[in-house]
Amino acid sequence: MKRAAGHGLRGPWKTFLDSWQQATLALQLLAIDPGLGGVTIRARSGPVRDALLKQVDPDAKRIHPAISDEALFGGLDLSATLTTGHLVQEQGLLATPGPMILAMAERAPVRLAAHLAVALDKNTGHTLIALDEGAEPDEMLDPKLAERLAFHIDLSDIALRDISTEPPGKAGQPPTAPMGGGFTPTRGRALPSVPPDIIDQITRIASDLGIDSLRAPLFALRAAKAQAILNDRDHITTEDIETACALTLAHRATRIPEPQPQEPEAPPPEQTENQNTEDTLDLPDELLLDAVRALLPDNLLDRLAAQKARQGRGNGTGAARKGNRRGRPLPSRAGKLSDGARIDIIGTLRTAAPWQTIRRNATGRDGLHIRPSDFRIKRFEEKSDRLLIFTVDASGSAALTRLAEAKGAVELLLAQAYARRDHVALVAFRGTEAELLLPPTRSLVQTKRRLAGLPGGGGTPLAAGMVAAFEQATHATRKGLTPTIAILTDGRANIALDGTADRKQAATDAQQIAKVLRAHGIDAIVIDTGNRPEPALRNLAQTLDAAYLPLPRADAHRLSQSVATALGD
Amino acid sequence: MTPFPFSAIVGQDEMKRAMILTAIDGSIGGVLVFGDRGTGKSTAVRALAALLPPIKAIKNCPVNSAKAAEVPGWANLKTKRVHETPTPVVDLPLGATEDRVTGALDIEKALTKGEKAFQPGLLAKANRGYLYIDEVNLLEDHIVDLLLDVAQSGENVVEREGLSIRHPARFVLVGSGNPEEGELRPQLLDRFGLSVEVTSPKEIDTRVEVIKRRDAFENDNAAFMLRWQAEDAAIRDRILKARKSLTKLKTPEKTLTDVAELCLALGSDGLRGELTLLKAARAYAAWRDDTALTRAHIRDVAPMALRHRLRRDPLDEAGGGTRVARTVEDVLG
Repeated sequence: MKRAAGHGLRGPWKTFLDSWQQATLALQLLAIDPGLGGVTIRARSGPVRDALLKQVDPDAKRIHPAISDEALFGGLDLSATLTTGHLVQEQGLLATPGPMILAMAERAPVRLAAHLAVALDKNTGHTLIALDEGAEPDEMLDPKLAERLAFHIDLSDIALRDISTEPPGKAGQPPTAPMGGGFTPTRGRALPSVPPDIIDQITRIASDLGIDSLRAPLFALRAAKAQAILNDRDHITTEDIETACALTLAHRATRIPEPQPQEPEAPPPEQTENQNTEDTLDLPDELLLDAVRALLPDNLLDRLAAQKARQGRGNGTGAARKGNRRGRPLPSRAGKLSDGARIDIIGTLRTAAPWQTIRRNATGRDGLHIRPSDFRIKRFEEKSDRLLIFTVDASGSAALTRLAEAKGAVELLLAQAYARRDHVALVAFRGTEAELLLPPTRSLVQTKRRLAGLPGGGGTPLAAGMVAAFEQATHATRKGLTPTIAILTDGRANIALDGTADRKQAATDAQQIAKVLRAHGIDAIVIDTGNRPEPALRNLAQTLDAAYLPLPRADAHRLSQSVATALGD
Repeated sequence: MTPFPFSAIVGQDEMKRAMILTAIDGSIGGVLVFGDRGTGKSTAVRALAALLPPIKAIKNCPVNSAKAAEVPGWANLKTKRVHETPTPVVDLPLGATEDRVTGALDIEKALTKGEKAFQPGLLAKANRGYLYIDEVNLLEDHIVDLLLDVAQSGENVVEREGLSIRHPARFVLVGSGNPEEGELRPQLLDRFGLSVEVTSPKEIDTRVEVIKRRDAFENDNAAFMLRWQAEDAAIRDRILKARKSLTKLKTPEKTLTDVAELCLALGSDGLRGELTLLKAARAYAAWRDDTALTRAHIRDVAPMALRHRLRRDPLDEAGGGTRVARTVEDVLG
C-alpha cells in the first residue's frame, strides 16, 4: 500500500509531521472546530489505532455499518413501550451532537453514508471518525462521506514503537498531545480572523493540486484557524497554513503542481510523430483509435442471461433472493419467532391494537395485551445489482486489427447495461500488465470516456487481465453485487503471469485462471476480436463455462470508415 | 444554524435562475441539479427555503391547506385559523421508509386509545411547498415509484392497514445528485420540470470569492446575514411581483409555434416538454418584468427545460445541454 500520497517531500510545502503526529493533530483540531467534519483513519485494528482512539472523547458514540435508521434517528423504544403500555420514543444517536466513531467504515452502505453526510452538512456539532480498515486500495469509505471529512490519515505503516519514541514536536512544530489524552477542547472561542490574501493563497494551492471541490480550501482554512487556537495565538502563521494544507489537501490532490514548467512531457511529441508516420503504416506503439460500432447481436446480454437460465443458474439482473435479514422490505407476515426471524414490531403492534379494549375488558388487566397470534415477521427481498466487468485486450495485435471494433462492441454492451441499470467496470491489459481503468460505476459517460482514451500497443497478458477482472469480481461479490466478466481479446496470449514473454506459459496461465474463475462460479462471456476465430479462445471459453462469440467481421465499408476515422479523415 | 443567504451564492446563475422560476410558478414542476461534489447544490436548496415568501395556511393543518374547507376530515382540527407560515421545504432522506413517506397508521393513538387514526407522512408535509431529495439518483426504486405516482397526480392515496385516505400532495420536487454515482430513471427525470448542470467554478477569482464569503458567513454570521438580508428581500419581492404579473403576460401565437418547432426538432418525448418550456419562459419573462413573451425568453430557458427530455443516447458524450443549444441555434436562429 502506498504511504499517504502527496505529502512529504513531493509537494510544494514540506511537513515534518509523520502520520502519527498528523493523526493526533487532526483529532485535536477536530475537537476545537467540529465544522471540520471529521477524519478518515486508514489502519487495521491494532495497538496503534487503539492508542490513537484513546485520545478521542471517551463519550464518543460508536456506530457500525449495519446500524438501523431507528438507532440513528430514534424511534420506538420497544421494551419501554410494552411495559408501560404507551408509546415511548427512543432518542437517536444523531439527536445529540458529538464525535461518532464509525467502525469498518469501508463497509458503510450508501444509505448510511448519505444519512451521515446530511448530519454533517447541518453543521450542528457532529464529527465523524471513520475507521477505514480496507485492505485493498479500492475498499474505502464512500466518497460522498469522505468528501465531507477534512482529514485523511493513513496509519498502516506506523508501528507501535514509532509512536512511543515520538519526539515531542520538532522545532517550530506545534506540540502534540501526550499519549493517552489529557487534551481538553477549547470550545466556544472566537476563531482568529484571516487576512484575505491567505484565503487567496489557500484557494490557489487547492486549485494547483487539481482539487475541484470547494470544500477542500474551506477545510484548509478552518484547520489553519483551529491550529492557531490550539497554539493560543490570535493570528494565523505560515506554518499553520502549511500544516493545514498538508492535512486537508494532500489526500485530495489529483495532480502534483509543477514549479518547473520546462521538462516537456515525453508522450506528446511521440504522438505527433506517430501521426506523421501513420500514413506509411508503421506500427505505432500507442494507437488511439476512435470507437466504431461493431456488428454485434443487439440483445447479447439477454441471450447471455437466457443461456445461463437454461443451465439452471438464473442470473438476469442479478439474483433476487428472499430473506429475513436485509433488502427491500416486503409486507410482514404472521409467523412464529423462531430461527432468527426478526419480529416486525410495528406490524405486531398494529395487529394487536384493535383488540386492546376487548382484551382489557376480558382480562381486567391494564397495559398492553399482545398474543402470540399477533406476531408479524419481517421479510425482505433483495435484488443484487449486476456488475459487468469489461476486460479489454489493448495489445499491439488487437490495436492494429480490431481495437476500435472491440470498443464499439463494448459500447453496444454498455448501452444494454444502461437499460438494465447494471454497474460497469473496465479493465484493460496490454504490455506486461493489466490495469483497472474504471472501478465499478453506473456512470456510462465516464466509462465511455475512459474507453475512448484507451491506448493500444504491447504484448497480450491475457492471464493478468483475467486476474485483475477476478479481483474485481470477488470484491463485487463481497459487496453483494453479482459480477459477470466480459473478456474481449484476440486470444493470442503471449505474456505469462510473471511478465515474461512466453507464449506457452501464457496460454497455460490463462487456462489456470479460467479454472479458478469457474470454480468461483463467476459468469463470463468471451468475445473473440481476432480476424478469424481462435480455437484457443474457444477452449478458454469452455473452461470458463462461458459464452463464446467470435466478433463478426465488419464489412469493408465500415472498415474503411473506421480507418478513415483513425487517420483523422 | 441559519442557511447561507441565496443572494450570496457566487455564480451558478443557471441553478439560481431555475430555482427562482419554480418559485414564481410552482406548476413548472421542480428542478433537478446535477453536478460534482462541493459545488453548492445543497447550499442553494437550503438557501431557497429561507428566501421563499411565506404562505397563508390553516394553523396545524397537516397538509397546509389554504382554506378551512380544504382541511381533511381526518385531521380533526377544532379551530381553523389562518396564519402565515414559511413555505414548507421537506427533506426526503435516502433511507426513508414507505410509511414515513406516504404516512401510515398512527401507532400511538392505536395503542393508547385503540383508535384508528392516520399519521401523515412527508408527502403531506410537503404539500404546497418543496420536497427536496439529496442524492436523488441513489433513491431506492420503490420510493421512486411512489414519488412518480404522487408527483404526477398531485394526490397521495394511502390504502394500508385498513386505512383509506387521500390528501392533496402538490409539491415542487427538487433533486440533486452527482452523475458519476449513477443515473436517473427516465420516468423520474421527466417529472422534473427543469434540470441544470453545475460545475465548480474554474476561475481562481471566483473560487476565492466563494471561500471568502463562506468564511465570512461562518466567522461573523450576524454581520454577514445583515449584509445580504436586503438582497434576499429584493429577490423575494421580485418573485412576488412576477407571480402577479404572470397572469397578465401576453403570449403571442408566434412564440407558441417557436416552442412547438423547437421541441419537434429535438424529438423530446411527449408534450410535457412544450408545456414546461412555455411555463418556464413565461415565468422568466415575468421575472424580467417584460410584458410579452418573446423568442429571447424561450432561448434562455430552453436548455434547462429540455436537456433532460431528449431521447437518451447513453453514449452521447455531449451533454443534453449542448444538443439543446445547437438545436435552438438552428430553429430560432
